[in-house]
Amino acid sequence: MIPAAFDYIRAHSADEAFAQLQKHGADARVLAGGQSLIPAMRFRLARPSVLVDVNGIGDFDYIRMNNGTLCIGAIARDVAVERASWSGDRRWSLLHDASRVVADPVVRQTGTVVGSLCHNDPAGDWTAVALATRASVVVRGKSGSRTVPIDEFLVDSYTTAVSEGEIALEARLPVPDDRSAGSYQKIERKVGDFATAAAAVQLSLNADGTIRTAGVALSAAGPCAVRVEEAERLLVGQKPTADVIRAAAAAAAKKSAPQADLRGSIPYKKNLAGVLVARGLRQALGRLGVTI
Amino acid sequence: MKVTVTVNGTVYERDVQPRTLLAYFLREDCGLTGTHVGCDTSSCGCCVVVLDGERAVKSCNMFAVQADGHQILTVEGLANGATLHPLQQGFWDQHGLQCGFCTPGMLLTSYALLKHNPNPSEADIREGLSGNLCRCTGYQNIVKAVQQAAGQMHEPVSA
Amino acid sequence: MSTQATDRHAIGVAMKRKEDPRFIQGKGHYIDDLAFPGMLYLALVRSPYPHAEIKNIDIADAMKVPGVKAVITGKDLDAAGLGWLPTFHGFDKQMVLAIGKVLFQYQEVAAVFAESREAAADGAEAVQVDYAPLPVVADPFTSKTDKVLLRPDREQKTNHIFHWEVGDKDATARALASSPRRIKERLWFQRCHPAPLEPCGCVAYFDTMGRLQFHVTSQAPHVYRTALALVTGIPEDKIHVISPDLGGGFGNKVPIYPGYVCAIVGALKIGRPVKWIETRTENLTSTGFARDYHMDVEIGATEDGRVTALHVATTADHGAFDAAADPSKYPAGIFGIVTGSYAFPVAHAEVDAYFTNKAPGGIAYRCSFRVTEASYAIERGMDILADELGMDAAELRSKNFVKKEQFPYPSALGFTYDSGDYQKTLNLALEKIGYKQLLEEQAEKRARGELMGIGISTFTEVVGAGPSKHFDILGIKMFDSAEIRIHPTGAGIVRTGTKSQGQGHETTWAQIVAEELGLDPQTIMVEEGDTDTAPYGLGTYASRSTPTAGAAIAMAARRIREKARKIAAHLLEVGEADVEWKDYKFQVKGVPSKTVTMKDVAFAAYTNMAQNEPGLEATFYYDPPNMTYPNGTYVAVVDVDRDTGEVKVRRFLAVDDCGTIINPLVVEGQIHGGLTEGFAIAFMQEVQYDAEGNNLNTNFTDYLLPTSLETPHWETDKTVTPSPHHPIGAKGVGESPNVGSPAAFVNAVIDALSPLGVRHIDMPITRDKVWRAIQEAEQSKK
Repeated sequence: MIPAAFDYIRAHSADEAFAQLQKHGADARVLAGGQSLIPAMRFRLARPSVLVDVNGIGDFDYIRMNNGTLCIGAIARDVAVERASWSGDRRWSLLHDASRVVADPVVRQTGTVVGSLCHNDPAGDWTAVALATRASVVVRGKSGSRTVPIDEFLVDSYTTAVSEGEIALEARLPVPDDRSAGSYQKIERKVGDFATAAAAVQLSLNADGTIRTAGVALSAAGPCAVRVEEAERLLVGQKPTADVIRAAAAAAAKKSAPQADLRGSIPYKKNLAGVLVARGLRQALGRLGVTI
Repeated sequence: MKVTVTVNGTVYERDVQPRTLLAYFLREDCGLTGTHVGCDTSSCGCCVVVLDGERAVKSCNMFAVQADGHQILTVEGLANGATLHPLQQGFWDQHGLQCGFCTPGMLLTSYALLKHNPNPSEADIREGLSGNLCRCTGYQNIVKAVQQAAGQMHEPVSA
Repeated sequence: MSTQATDRHAIGVAMKRKEDPRFIQGKGHYIDDLAFPGMLYLALVRSPYPHAEIKNIDIADAMKVPGVKAVITGKDLDAAGLGWLPTFHGFDKQMVLAIGKVLFQYQEVAAVFAESREAAADGAEAVQVDYAPLPVVADPFTSKTDKVLLRPDREQKTNHIFHWEVGDKDATARALASSPRRIKERLWFQRCHPAPLEPCGCVAYFDTMGRLQFHVTSQAPHVYRTALALVTGIPEDKIHVISPDLGGGFGNKVPIYPGYVCAIVGALKIGRPVKWIETRTENLTSTGFARDYHMDVEIGATEDGRVTALHVATTADHGAFDAAADPSKYPAGIFGIVTGSYAFPVAHAEVDAYFTNKAPGGIAYRCSFRVTEASYAIERGMDILADELGMDAAELRSKNFVKKEQFPYPSALGFTYDSGDYQKTLNLALEKIGYKQLLEEQAEKRARGELMGIGISTFTEVVGAGPSKHFDILGIKMFDSAEIRIHPTGAGIVRTGTKSQGQGHETTWAQIVAEELGLDPQTIMVEEGDTDTAPYGLGTYASRSTPTAGAAIAMAARRIREKARKIAAHLLEVGEADVEWKDYKFQVKGVPSKTVTMKDVAFAAYTNMAQNEPGLEATFYYDPPNMTYPNGTYVAVVDVDRDTGEVKVRRFLAVDDCGTIINPLVVEGQIHGGLTEGFAIAFMQEVQYDAEGNNLNTNFTDYLLPTSLETPHWETDKTVTPSPHHPIGAKGVGESPNVGSPAAFVNAVIDALSPLGVRHIDMPITRDKVWRAIQEAEQSKK
């Protein structure tokens, strides 16, 4: 499968990349990991006339903690999260879990977290993680850079708040407190498949063992990954029990609005949403020393 | 566009279209046909090469122009003259190949895997190779091959 | 002469493969590695419609694309008498490029020849085709009504392709009617695709002597040569077919595809080499699919579980053309093996095949010519019967096995099974898997509501096509051949009519020669695939190579031994009658110290042959006296997750009996690979078309191949019951794992779900299906 012809520009700085995107508007696409873009181009479903390659911008390649915020640069690779020294810490268990099931182990070495958020596939992994962790994305536009909370960033399938001529620079996640843990639960038919269903859970506990904050999000459950606000509401302030988990899981199954496809029927996928939220909650709690 | 890519230590200067995939650049512009193309969706891994010594990359999912100024390791670069790389020896000794089409990709993915995890468990290997498909072997002997290589490459130094 | 191999110079040795060095260094020679000066690239334009009239094809824009040299359509080919190609089964033909209408989505419509891959792709995109859609026939049951006639080109104006049957219809019906116990079940073996990792392709050119040099991914190069001669009119000596290293075949590289014919026509018309390499999407959507058999299985039994009769009625979906590559007398392949390992007193099997708006094919994916379908039908059927009778699945099988003393066994459907000791194989398997303990564990788990299953498959399959009396492809009988030449220094070369796609012939054939002649297998070169040099053969598929070519090699080697004996007598200075072949040497009878080796004789054959014919070579064309019957017992142990429908294969044990084993390493590798394919078929593979005829699984994101993470660990073992009629007692084994395993997996899952009252689930057994079966079962209990 051969892509349609295009012009290639290698950007050497953020300014240069931005200038090229502004210049070419809708005709241009950013080439970062390219692990979703290039296959689309090979099928000629995507036909940009200009590709702006940002892989040479060293300034884009970082993952760092900055004043209570985890900052993931535009070309930080999926695998960098998996291999980060801090990702073994239970606070980051949701990210670590997800980093091990994105795409496949080779694609992960090139695919990027920010790129995945910008691609916004309905069954993507990082979007659900971002929702559960209350992430935000820094976008550079004509009038400068703005920080977009993830709830507003994800607009529709394959559509985000990044408009024509703009570029996403960074994903930001608040650093969870000590008494936090998460879990990513994904059912896929085989490695490399998109999720049949997936759930991202991030919890923090009060000193008395009640739930202080809760982030629950689903992937492959609608046009975009989606937060289950009702589940979060049911969890916050509660002591974790089997009933509470059951209620949160039921809320997730209710909220899930998947498409029927080769991966499964609607009832099956909705059922999975509930099952995976329950499993995610149990695993996150288990990591905090609480067994339900 | 002119690109300069170092493949297995040799510098190749070629003129390519931006849309030329790295896999075809290696096969046709550099004459290194060991890297194979098996699918359209970067699912099979037959095209895997190693970029800049460390990163396993599906070369059907990268444009040759992106490799300008970079180093690529392909299957042809694994052996040291007549001496096979321990991975190659492992695949041979353990019957880790039948038709041989997935083998170059398996070798290069394993190469990158062992760089980051010199002592992988069977589970680590199965996970690490799960981006590479094989139709002939059922993977079991491939796992043994990588285990043999890992053992050989990290033999404990006797006192 | 002896038909049993004794120990053990080369046969039975787990030697490392001789072909590996080039593959592990990336120096294989696959079709896409070939390039010739001035070579053009071919890209095919394909139909988005499953059934439509072609109103017009406009190639003007395509011809304007820089680099495009020519575009041809079905009309152009038809005018040259090449519009249609006979299918291998011989009773149908298929369009090369669509003529008048298209009959399946992705069917070939036009061929674009260009200077580069890119230009060919751009040119193909620029061809404009006007289609007028026609009503779609998307399944064989709708097709049967003949409401929409798909093939007006055929003499019989019906979608019904053929009715085939074997056995005693009336006696079977009577026996079933009077059987105290009976089961009947509709089993669908879903459409799947062999998907070798290397897609199909070719490079064609006419050389300066006017010969067609045709490099092509072919499992049967000689058949291609003869077929091309018949179809194109080019004299057969002017056609040279070369099959290079093949990246897997599994039956996918047996048919002659439209792309091949277009490449040849392009090379002829334009006068330049033409390369055609299909994309994965093209491979999955247009090349030979496998299976798609809807089977109604009926088994009758006595109260205590003795089977009385078997009836199987199949509705077969052949797609748009009958391109099932079957031997000509077997339109439903060797489906007659459906009585399996059991002594059915009467049986009747029938198949009705229909056209549909889908890709053509049917015979592929390690099927041994429909033996996979037959084996699935009987092994599932026996389990359903066991469930109905409340009998243990192993016990029911045991009770009905063909017994060791009954071999050679004439089955109710006309086969003479050569050898087997089914009970021994089953016993070994049950002992190794710890059957008793597993049953105890299962009982405990069931009491707690946990779903654990044990599935058994005790299959007998039939391979080695085949005896000339019964088997031919396009009239060419299915013998095979070997030519062996030993050089002065004791090295040699063997050429056969088969063509390995990873089965290890470069090693195993050398082992046979080495064993028969006491030579070093490392210095016996093996060559296959070049029709100018290889003796005529029918190729490699349906596990036929070892039964036919393997036999030919042994027989040719024995001819060499006879010639060599004369020279040995001369060297030993005795009469011929006083020389015997013993311990891999020629020895004077009764004088163990007076010996000469084959190596000594080889040298003498060229330097000191006295009055004997110089040289040391022989050819043998082997017409097998019978098929061979590999068999085995497979056991699967699974655990099912109620909440997600996930099935975990906890253990899988394969005990195979393929007679004499040439190379244990190679055999084990074949078993691992075949089991992985069976696993994929059982749990995740299907080529689905929706009701409008759209193909839903067009690439590897939707047509699923398991990775190293999903694939279970395989345990293997063996029993050895040699084939009495094969020169080295070998039966072949490549397809057994795909033949025997799907039923083992399905039986295990159904066993796990049986406490809930679930009786059958069609493959692929997806999580969704399992979950829904559990839900429905629990609802109906309320």
